[in-house]
Amino acid sequence: MKVSVSVNGGQVDADVADRTLLVHFLRDVVGLTATNVGCDTSSCGACTVLLDGKSVKSCTVLAGQADGCEITTAEGLSADHGEMHEVQRAFREEHALQCGFCTPGMVMATVSLLAENPTPTEDEVRSALEGNLCRCTGYHNIVRAVLAAANERRTS
Amino acid sequence: MSILGTRVVRTEDPRLLTAGGTYVDDLRVPELARASRVTFVRSPIAHALITGIDVSAARAAPGVVAVLTAADLDDLPPPPEDSGLTGTEGAPLPLGGPWGEPLFAVDRVRFVGEPIAIVITDDRYQGEDAAELVNVDYEPLPAVVGFDAALAGASLLFPSAGSNVAVNGAKEADAATFEGCDVVVEHTIENQRLAPVPMEGRAAAAHWAAGKLTVWASTQNAQIARFILAGALGLDPGSIRVVAPDVGGGFGAKIGVDRDALLVAWAAKHTGVTVKWSETRSENLLAMTHGRAQRQVIKIGGSRDGRILAYRLEIVQDTGAYPRMGGFLPFLTSLMAVGPYDIGKVEAGYRVVVTNTAPISAYRGAGRPEATAAIERAVDLFATEIGMDAADVRRINLVPPEKFPFASPCGAVYDTGAYAEALDKVLAGAGYQELRAEQARRREGGDVLQLGIGVASYVEITAADAAGGETARLDVHGDGTATVYTGSSAHGQGHHTAWAMLVQAELGIDMSKVTVVHGDTDLIPTGVGTYASRSLQLGGVAVQKAAVDVKEQARRVAADMLEASESDLELDIERGAWHVRGDPEASRTWGQVAEHAGEEGLTASVNYTEGQPTFPFGTHLALVEVDTETGKARLLRHVTVDDAGTVLSPLLAEGQRHGGIAQGVAQALLEEMVYDPSGNPVTGTLVDYAIITAAELPSFELLRSETPATINPLGAKGIGEAGTIGATPALQNAVIDAVSHLGVRHIDMPVTPARVWAAMSEARDGQ
Amino acid sequence: MIPAPFTYKRAASVDEALELVTGDGDEAKFLAGGHSLLPLMKLRLAIPEVLIDIGRIGELSYIRDAGSHIAVGALTSHDELSRSGLLAQELPLLAHAASQIGDPQVRHRGTIGGSLAHADPAADLPAVVLALGATLVVRGPAGSREIPAGEFFQDLFETALQPGELLTEIRIPKPEADGWSFQKFAKRGIDWAIVGVAVQGGSVALVNMGPTPLRASAVESALAAGSAPHEAAAHAAENTSPPDDLNGPRAYREHLARVLVRRALEESRTRA
Repeated sequence: MKVSVSVNGGQVDADVADRTLLVHFLRDVVGLTATNVGCDTSSCGACTVLLDGKSVKSCTVLAGQADGCEITTAEGLSADHGEMHEVQRAFREEHALQCGFCTPGMVMATVSLLAENPTPTEDEVRSALEGNLCRCTGYHNIVRAVLAAANERRTS
Repeated sequence: MSILGTRVVRTEDPRLLTAGGTYVDDLRVPELARASRVTFVRSPIAHALITGIDVSAARAAPGVVAVLTAADLDDLPPPPEDSGLTGTEGAPLPLGGPWGEPLFAVDRVRFVGEPIAIVITDDRYQGEDAAELVNVDYEPLPAVVGFDAALAGASLLFPSAGSNVAVNGAKEADAATFEGCDVVVEHTIENQRLAPVPMEGRAAAAHWAAGKLTVWASTQNAQIARFILAGALGLDPGSIRVVAPDVGGGFGAKIGVDRDALLVAWAAKHTGVTVKWSETRSENLLAMTHGRAQRQVIKIGGSRDGRILAYRLEIVQDTGAYPRMGGFLPFLTSLMAVGPYDIGKVEAGYRVVVTNTAPISAYRGAGRPEATAAIERAVDLFATEIGMDAADVRRINLVPPEKFPFASPCGAVYDTGAYAEALDKVLAGAGYQELRAEQARRREGGDVLQLGIGVASYVEITAADAAGGETARLDVHGDGTATVYTGSSAHGQGHHTAWAMLVQAELGIDMSKVTVVHGDTDLIPTGVGTYASRSLQLGGVAVQKAAVDVKEQARRVAADMLEASESDLELDIERGAWHVRGDPEASRTWGQVAEHAGEEGLTASVNYTEGQPTFPFGTHLALVEVDTETGKARLLRHVTVDDAGTVLSPLLAEGQRHGGIAQGVAQALLEEMVYDPSGNPVTGTLVDYAIITAAELPSFELLRSETPATINPLGAKGIGEAGTIGATPALQNAVIDAVSHLGVRHIDMPVTPARVWAAMSEARDGQ
Repeated sequence: MIPAPFTYKRAASVDEALELVTGDGDEAKFLAGGHSLLPLMKLRLAIPEVLIDIGRIGELSYIRDAGSHIAVGALTSHDELSRSGLLAQELPLLAHAASQIGDPQVRHRGTIGGSLAHADPAADLPAVVLALGATLVVRGPAGSREIPAGEFFQDLFETALQPGELLTEIRIPKPEADGWSFQKFAKRGIDWAIVGVAVQGGSVALVNMGPTPLRASAVESALAAGSAPHEAAAHAAENTSPPDDLNGPRAYREHLARVLVRRALEESRTRA
């Protein structure tokens, strides 16, 4: 089937098998490999991207379902000259990543959270990230990073 | 002021955040441009004879390049002769002989998930389709699941071995051990089977061309991987290159390469087709090695004043279908059995049994969490029996400062420690007395929500294989930059940042100018890699020594340039400049010195083998709230001291502690890899295998404690596994403590709501 | 990890969806948010030959005040349900339950229609619409029909939907009694309920106590007869058949049902 998807602001037209998952479309067809596959039961969130501005698990969306939609991946967050998005900066500042595998999905979930709830409490942050599994960090610094990013946005 | 010990953000992060890491499945190197995809056909049955394999339908499926089975394994060297290992040698080596593990299952399968065949296709999607078409005939055999079934031996996994007991390191009980104990408590407990679940599963890619094999593997040890590949495939190590790209977590389960990755490499060599493989999460839960799985009989004895006089630990280790590590894990458990306590008489022994389940191997802590969990349960049981506060009992029995280095009755020599201080620091930090008071209030009021306070003191062994050393090479270039080639192999630990900090601290070359390289056997032929919490105390020390060596070389060169004597030369660390003492204006930069150093440049290589195992220690306190109507426990606070000597990077050290704590809490509360009696995995996906999420954890309270190691110049011990070791028993003890006033003495992990409720019901019915 | 091959078709309207599904017969399934169906397909536990994507049928996503009842379009997402001011006012039970489903990513995609048509007894919304006495509007080749929630859920993953029929709307009468409560007991926030309870006034429904969501009729009768919450709750496990599984034995779920029904009734009273 033919799909036409806007990815990080650029149009991508492709002919893919009907059963192509959005995550594989992004990784293998568009060539953006930051978004990772971490499970097969829609549990881990490593594949989280924004679809029309909302966080979704791209392993549980068909490329066909994303036809005509706008996708934002972690690669699309940084400005053109490579400067990090405020959420990415906060993740670095707070040591919120170790192996990095869950990180793009975690960052996109965070971006979506802050768009919907700009001033979350710690509990709200933890609940909002329950669909993003991390095995390295224990979430402690991830929560700090999210709160720091929210704070930076608020004070700037 | 030195950069060491200060808060430095990671150099690894900008790339990981903006472009994502490059894990095996992301590789876009030219050799892999047209790689085909490997999909495994795995046994759906736990124990059976294979009576036939029909690959004809699979071979005809769309996109299939090849289908390979055991019948194709005709180009491998014969398996090594029986090494004669008994498994009690204290080495992480597989038992050969009758217990040997094949690459493909040949005529017998021994666990669900065991590889039977490989399908090679043009793309991944075709691979799953084609794999379904491989037709295997099985003649089921009775499955052996659980310790009792294994010991009973009615069904044998390896008939020629005559038993399911693969290793016998049992210690006979000596009646004299518990003589003189007024109080003796005995209990059988279980340290349950876990799945490591790194967020990136296993993955490998392989390319065979012109007699050279290149393997990209999600591994913690490229050099060890090469060694294993050479042996398994009958190749000279010099004709193999192993590259570890970014690795999405390992936790001990990605040491070297396992049989699945070996099959991928072999397939490339056998067919000449370049291949890529990355497993699904279901495969990962089935067939990546699991961890823990010990049944423990604990016996503790002492006097009513709180003194512990004797302790016995009897272990049955379930090693799964193949004894890949011999008796190494329970050997470590036995070595650390006595924990941080000064107990006069200790007996610890083990047997290892095979079962029709996935093989067991290292998982964060690897044998030491099991030791700590056992004795911490025993201490709590003893405290309850004599009616003394569990923290007080610990304090009475912890090895006092004047006894270091402490030769434990288990054979370990603890280097440095301040155990009681760690305990008291945590108790103070948690507000222990106030917590006990609140607990008492709630008990008095019969509150539905009861508080539980769990304490665990631990000591653990890091760099247990210090004798194997670690390597570092440092080059300083003519443009003033430097490159470190390290034998260590970070998969999240931040070595690139830490090693750059070491170079900056020693040489004054700014971190931003230091590139760290790891995990490529072409560039780093000798090295050990990262496990056993060894990297800082061995690999980091090696980097520092290389830097010191380079500094002395530079001194000679700079002296020549400045026409002064070496003893008059000074290195201004702040500026990274060499000058004659008293004349800072006339200085030479590192780049200038390197240029002047001649053809060889400034370079030093170190293989640091003088390290020894070190013994980090600490105390964890968990505060839980248990809903006594539902049995559900919630972790409210977690307070720790994890003392691993001098801290090089507080940021990295805290991160390791956080991650370990989360995994430790998860073992206590949520995780268990379960098989049904037929050997079918019940917790085969992340829906059922419950790893912990952000919503189930609080932020942690980490207290500072640094008791330097004396064996290395960095004063460093290993921090990577401490969190896991301390957190699990603290949580388990806390939940049991919450309902101990109702008569509950023990609940096996994971202490799920159903188990807590069952324990409460049983205690109530028994009264 | 990868679904078996299928043909993807997209419907722009309800009429088109019905046309397409009639043409493809038994081997076609509707795809809404995909968060019940796609996970099954990825594990190859479901192997439809045709998927009819109805996710773009905008006309099926709405929450309307229709006077005596609230009309919710089948394609309204859990996220939209949880944020709806209208639901917060009129049907807080539904809004709150929707906010507890899975995680934010799941809620952005999952729909009420998809959840109800999937009929997993461990899911939250089937019990909620049962407690709310909802009517499910279904369109098929023979036209439209209305099915009371109590008749809609027939067995494990089985509903009253006939082949070729599409759930289009959920009509929920505005409750007479204000009190409500939703008790979802799980090990982790993202898990399906081990046991769950939905209460609206004197109406009590159970999650995961049988092959379908169940009305706790013995509890309801006791309440109607004037029993206090803890007395009525003692009947919570009657006529239920909870599973025996990793999360606990039957007896534990029966115990939980009694505890959670009592808590739900007590909480409901504070809102009445």
